[in-house]
Amino acid sequence: MLKTLMGGVALALAAAMPLQAQVDIRKETQRWQQMIAEGSPAELFEIEGEDLWKKKQGPKNVSLEGCDLGQGPGVVKAAYARLPRYFADADRVMDLETRLLHCMLTLQGRSREDAARRVFGNEDRPSEMELLSIYIAGQSRGVPMAPGTRHAKEREAFELGQKLFFHRAGAWDFSCSSCHGEADKRIRMQFLPVMSQPEGVRKIVATWPTYLVRNAQVKTMQWRIWDCYRQMRWPEPVFGSEATVALTQYLTVTGQGEPYAGPGTKR
Amino acid sequence: MNKHILLLSAAAILVAGCAAPLPVGERPKLAAADLDQLVAMSKRDFRARGIAGMDRVELDAALRTCNLYNDEPPREVAQPLEEAMLKAIPFPAGSLMGDWKRGQALAQSGRGMTWSDKPNTANGGSCYNCHQLSPQEESFGTLGTSLRNFGKIRGTSEAIQRYTYGKIYNSKAYNLCSQMPRMGHSKTLNEQQIKDLTAYLLDPNSPVNK
Repeated sequence: MLKTLMGGVALALAAAMPLQAQVDIRKETQRWQQMIAEGSPAELFEIEGEDLWKKKQGPKNVSLEGCDLGQGPGVVKAAYARLPRYFADADRVMDLETRLLHCMLTLQGRSREDAARRVFGNEDRPSEMELLSIYIAGQSRGVPMAPGTRHAKEREAFELGQKLFFHRAGAWDFSCSSCHGEADKRIRMQFLPVMSQPEGVRKIVATWPTYLVRNAQVKTMQWRIWDCYRQMRWPEPVFGSEATVALTQYLTVTGQGEPYAGPGTKR
Repeated sequence: MNKHILLLSAAAILVAGCAAPLPVGERPKLAAADLDQLVAMSKRDFRARGIAGMDRVELDAALRTCNLYNDEPPREVAQPLEEAMLKAIPFPAGSLMGDWKRGQALAQSGRGMTWSDKPNTANGGSCYNCHQLSPQEESFGTLGTSLRNFGKIRGTSEAIQRYTYGKIYNSKAYNLCSQMPRMGHSKTLNEQQIKDLTAYLLDPNSPVNK
């Protein structure tokens, strides 16, 4: 009898344990994230990014200050929060990095090879693209995320991104939804946000680009998508391609309305 | 003042968006043409890098069906595809139980198959990324079901060994739209590695069953 009772208690404990562990992991992670957010080095990178924005470069020896990010040439205030959006001069929807690349080519006269040679930086040195992104995004603090949704191509990009989000392929048959489709799931100890739902994605689109503690690097949305596809065992997405912009458009529209609160620090 | 203008214009954009709301939060229903568009876009907007070749964006019959039906194909569509894949699993002769200790190391390792992995590095099984197995490993994912006591519950009969080996080799032969990668079919793991994982799951001495 006692043995049965003990067995019962042990079983009940075993059943309760994973739940207990889950609650604690989440709480601990949040506490830690709050702690590191307070000492973010992102602001230092913003200053460097501003210098690059104003630096004369390329065959035409001009700065990016004439670049139209959607709010008029040179307007950086609140520009990031309104991206992605349709740009008539390029006749396509662009996210921040795709637009910056476009300005480097058209305004500064740089070759694509030169401008896109090093879009992702490393621990020693962030890329020009990353520093510029951090600076521009920082000028949208407090502005609700409101990507373009009126133009037919903006709507098309959303719908394409939505389909791509659920599209399974790659060596391991994964789509974005394989990991980000269900609530309260983890890879190892890492909780996974449900990116197809506003409540799961709002805080995320409002905090990239960001400083990533685990990489000790500044990272952008283009990188985040790129590294997801790496882990999904797909081939490599092309920087600024329609597919990557469509995904960003899908995620940003899904999470729209959240006041921009980056660039900060993430685990 | 400036802030108010910003908020107002943001609100105006939102209102305009609301006039014909986009299907936020939904999962789109696909037609065969949508699938062709997605494959064509993948071919154009992705490129081979390292060991990750462009063959990876091609869809076989199983994946095409799962994508088309949002992972819930009718039984009569799924069954023949499952049966064909089951028949194609190259089951080795004899015992399917390898060495559970080697299996444990494989279950722990999440290495392999990404474009940043070198061609000669040994692939892992990535099991702990999604499954609970040994009670000693507390860092486990929850995308897959718990495999705790997998063998203790099922025993080690020939049929169970065969099921376990086959499920690791090609999960979609048993459940067409299973979220689990096809570890043998995708050439992530070889015969010996799948045997070792089978032992890790079934061997009474394996911590999975302790």
